[in-house]
Amino acid sequence: MQSTLSPEVVSQNVLEIRDLNFYYGSFHSLKNINLDIKENTITAFIGPSGCGKSTLLRTLNRMYDLYPGQRAEGQIMFKGENILNPKQDLNLLRARVGMVFQKPTPFPMSIYDNIAFGVRLYEDLSRSEMDDRVEWALQKAAIWNEVKDKLGQSGLSLSGGQQQRLCIARGIAVKPTILLLDEPTSALDPISTGKVEELVTTLKSDYTVVIVTHNMQQAARVSDFTAYMYLGDLVEFGETEQVFFKPKRKETEDYITGRFG
Amino acid sequence: MNSASSISASDGSTHPVSKMNTQESINMSIYAKRKRTNLIGLFLSMSAMTLGMAFLLWILSVLFFKGFSAFSVDFFLNKTPGPDSVGGGLGNAIIGSLMIVVSCTLISTPIGVMAGIYLSEYGQKNKFSEITRFLNDIMLSAPSIVIGLFVYALIVVNVRHFSGWAGTLALTLIAIPVVVRTTENMLSLVPVSLREAAFALGAPKWKVSLSIVLKAAKSGVMTGVLLALARVSGETAPLLFTALNNPFFSFDMNAPIANLPTVIFQFAMSPYQNWVDLAWGGALLITLSVLGLNIFARSYFKEKISV
Repeated sequence: MQSTLSPEVVSQNVLEIRDLNFYYGSFHSLKNINLDIKENTITAFIGPSGCGKSTLLRTLNRMYDLYPGQRAEGQIMFKGENILNPKQDLNLLRARVGMVFQKPTPFPMSIYDNIAFGVRLYEDLSRSEMDDRVEWALQKAAIWNEVKDKLGQSGLSLSGGQQQRLCIARGIAVKPTILLLDEPTSALDPISTGKVEELVTTLKSDYTVVIVTHNMQQAARVSDFTAYMYLGDLVEFGETEQVFFKPKRKETEDYITGRFG
Repeated sequence: MNSASSISASDGSTHPVSKMNTQESINMSIYAKRKRTNLIGLFLSMSAMTLGMAFLLWILSVLFFKGFSAFSVDFFLNKTPGPDSVGGGLGNAIIGSLMIVVSCTLISTPIGVMAGIYLSEYGQKNKFSEITRFLNDIMLSAPSIVIGLFVYALIVVNVRHFSGWAGTLALTLIAIPVVVRTTENMLSLVPVSLREAAFALGAPKWKVSLSIVLKAAKSGVMTGVLLALARVSGETAPLLFTALNNPFFSFDMNAPIANLPTVIFQFAMSPYQNWVDLAWGGALLITLSVLGLNIFARSYFKEKISV
């Protein structure tokens, strides 16, 4: 349990979600969500399938915007700006709010270029600076030792667990403020899962992490705050220890103890 | 099906007797009937395949038998001879064909690939792209002679002479729809998750389309281009109306230019034995090139999508 937080770390909200409603066409899938995400913490969204946790995550970098018919109403304040504002520049937002997906998605290019791709979009680095950045990101994602001799090889040549850590390295390399992880270990074996979890806990010194997971033990192991969602409602939100050991709501307790879901 | 035994098997008991009952519930006559059906199906599809292959092999062997003897150094280097003369080859037609087909590829590839990117990445659901897709499908199955006539009326009639460029244009009009179609299909095979991953880094749409999606589908798109190339390199009708023919070596694309399909057409119908022999040789050459292109495209770019 990672919930020992020093007071100054928890002080600042990096994201403030207010009265958020989300619609897939006419289907109302998120209902009046209010939630604060604090800087340099790990927040986990848990809940049964279809409860809206991935949907909520995808509003935070407006990934849903790629698809016509999906819309969000309400406010998500990030650095004093409402990112749901139609005028929000999506590319800049996504450069600041990175995302790692359920399935590893290495780009069809070398391991080196997989990392450099995102960096090149917003920074003009010299060759040696770029080398340093690539090494830094791969180190941070705890995969450097496994790939340092084959940076020129295709990212697709790696194993599933390595590919996922490569994707995390790619997300880190652009130095976002927030990193969103959408069930990052659900396609991985237990050993790779352990490595990714270990990696996630080390990330919070530099990033704010929001993780969606099906695995309650994982939420308990890695997160500082937990949000339990059910059918589009945010049922309970609080420090992970409190949510798991002294849930305020009966529904949360039922889900966590396995009586439901 | 013996219902008593199936119940005893499904009640979860591990009793050996109930397991044996499950075995007995298999109805052998149903199984035998299914095996028979399978055998008949297999026989029918095998004979259909044999029939198709037999004709293909027949064509190929006749081509080899009649065409291979025409192959010689002269065949590749010399220009087309006069009737009933000795020597000569198809050198000018080979060069002309190469010039037309290569320029056609250079023009149709960028247009076709870009249109394919538009349809797959930008125009999933708008009216304009639906119309484009529909028209492209019509173009895909348009008879090539119609396209030849169209270019004849559009260009040849107006400039009052046949030309290599007119031939190139006709072939380009045939190749573009093929490239558009395969590009769109190959790009739409690229998983959405890969696009989302690129967007999640803050990449703008054009960058995602070009650097990620097109790259992931590269070999499939290349296959499409090569297949379009194979398709146009044997087209005769559009060239008859546009490039026509030329008995001499000519590198001027603005004038009538010799090309293999037209020469084969003209020579094969002539009464002169040396022309007929050359026509067989030319037919074999085209067939081998198209066959080679197809085999190359299918084996070299075997994995259509590298994701």
